[in-house]
Amino acid sequence: MKTHREETEEKVKETLKIFEGEIWQRPPLRSSVSRRLRTRTIYRIEYLEGNGRDFLFKVACSAGTYIRKLCYDVGEVLGAGAHMRELRRTRSGPFTERDLYTMYDLVNAVDLWKQSEEDSALMRIIQPMEVALENTPKIYIRDSAVDALCHGAILAVPGILRIESGIMKGTMVATMTQKGEAVTLSRTLMSGEEMLSVEHGLAAKTLRVLMPRGTYQKNW
Amino acid sequence: MVPIPPWELKREIIVKSEEETDPRYGYLPMERPFKDQLRFGVMNIDKPPGPTSHEVVAWIKRLLLLDKAGHGGTLGLSEEIPK
Repeated sequence: MKTHREETEEKVKETLKIFEGEIWQRPPLRSSVSRRLRTRTIYRIEYLEGNGRDFLFKVACSAGTYIRKLCYDVGEVLGAGAHMRELRRTRSGPFTERDLYTMYDLVNAVDLWKQSEEDSALMRIIQPMEVALENTPKIYIRDSAVDALCHGAILAVPGILRIESGIMKGTMVATMTQKGEAVTLSRTLMSGEEMLSVEHGLAAKTLRVLMPRGTYQKNW
Repeated sequence: MVPIPPWELKREIIVKSEEETDPRYGYLPMERPFKDQLRFGVMNIDKPPGPTSHEVVAWIKRLLLLDKAGHGGTLGLSEEIPK
């Protein structure tokens, strides 16, 4: 962020702290979403370094937060204004800069595979889709329930073996096989507690099937 | 009270019932055969500035001979989802 007059690090740090928590934003004119006022969450702002007018900080926020607008608003609070100079996304859910590969890495790995059947480099770059679900709460189901879910069926309580904590009614969850394969993305119809305490009932509605039909034995 | 980022939330696993899984069906995700890894995989690609993510997805489809691939957002960092 670049401020429009010299500011002290203390003042900038203090001002940034104010923005942690829930904030209101209206998307700018140039945006693909509807321009209604909406809340976003700033989980944390980590001040890194600063110098007169240039300040570097890390923002952990919910998706759809306009950092450009955040910088503008910080400038408003500081008094003289500020704008975003440069932005780099360093994390998106489970994906961080640590597991990043460049196009060059990919091309080299593919060449190695195509020329000498050596696929280890490529396999390091391609991760199973389940890694994308790292932060999604999970429900582990019986083998016998899998194929029905692959056909879009609603998950019934008897099919549940294990669940992760913190699941409420209406939460988006991933149903998983015992082997850790993702079966569906679903929306829960009851809380996790209820799922554990009752013997019957509809637990989760399938939103999206991830596993092909027939992977597990048809049991219905 | 500021909520914690989703990636810092620790969840526990609560067991309701136990059962063995049949080894004849499915695979452990890390042990999927190569073709399935490609089909059900994700990659974290550092997109060069310049090309759009759409273009990058097109390159990757050609490179890996994929029918379908998508991306989940960009800005210095991007994920591709071959499927």
